[in-house]
Amino acid sequence: MDVLREVGNIGAGHAATALSKLLGKPVDMDVPRVNLVPFDDIAEQVGGAEAVVAAVFLRVEGDAPGNLFFLLSIDSAKQLLLELVAMETGEGAPFTELEVSALSEIGNILAGSYLSSLADLTRLNLSPTVPGFAVDMAGAILAYGLLQFGDMGDKALLIETSFFDGFDRVEGNLFLIPDPDAFATIFASLGVPPE
Amino acid sequence: MSETVIVKVGMADLNVAGGGQSLRTTGLGSCVGLTLFDPVVRVAGMAHVMLPSSSISKDAALNKAKYADTALPELLLRMQKVGAIAARLQAKLAGGAQMFTFSSPAADTMRIGPRNVEACKEALWRYNIPIIAEDTGGNYGRTIEIESATGKLFVRSVQLGAKEL
Repeated sequence: MDVLREVGNIGAGHAATALSKLLGKPVDMDVPRVNLVPFDDIAEQVGGAEAVVAAVFLRVEGDAPGNLFFLLSIDSAKQLLLELVAMETGEGAPFTELEVSALSEIGNILAGSYLSSLADLTRLNLSPTVPGFAVDMAGAILAYGLLQFGDMGDKALLIETSFFDGFDRVEGNLFLIPDPDAFATIFASLGVPPE
Repeated sequence: MSETVIVKVGMADLNVAGGGQSLRTTGLGSCVGLTLFDPVVRVAGMAHVMLPSSSISKDAALNKAKYADTALPELLLRMQKVGAIAARLQAKLAGGAQMFTFSSPAADTMRIGPRNVEACKEALWRYNIPIIAEDTGGNYGRTIEIESATGKLFVRSVQLGAKEL
């Protein structure tokens, strides 16, 4: 668990730096939490299964496959667009194609820096797919990342980090859900005997 | 609806309600909400099905509610215990969305939502239970609630609001 937390820490540190560069201001992050979480509780981390979130999803392919989510509350997503590309979104209005594309790109940059630092650290080949984007209920979105765990049990291993800008106006969550058999590969690459 | 007791059904979970209670499951994405209703004794059942088939399960203690092929018989059994009769049951389905679409075949071959819907239909067909309504597919999440008093199924989504099946 400590090893995974450290791996998450380094990845998230790079992602936070990337976000900070994009925004041109400091971005803080939490120490990553690594937990074996029951399916039902995963959405609770972001306000419940029905909480509406903007999500960028990437499938991680390569030596240690998994699922990577970047989740933002709708308010955070709007604030991010405002600060980053000066896009003012209408109250309650759905995101336009251009805004979706901007948010996907932000998610892509964060996920990319997260993954590349993970790949450097583990010397594993990890490549992200093109990002998918959705604005929907957190439960429906996160369930998509749990399917690989479905045949193993009712819990998934989650490496989770939160980001904050200096004014608490933007808060984002990065979730990495490695596939069940990816742990052994990650551990082996770091020279750690599997738990 | 205001005084109704609502019984929660979690992910890969199932439950049965009678006596005017309702069953609700939230945030169905590619999962399918499989609901059954016996209009005579007014008993409703709901399963939050996550995967199509238990045959490839490596799950030590198989969670029957998780798979379409095992959830239906289990739900049936639970409903029969409280007076429901299989021949009277009517099914309604919701969910089975494809939340994200990808150009990459590796990510897309999963198509788990549509496969879940198909597997639920096949299980219902095997038990001769008619499907009288469904709201499946699409690319959005749903929250559903069934009233044991009426068998009405309410479906709510972020994009399309509420509807009744």
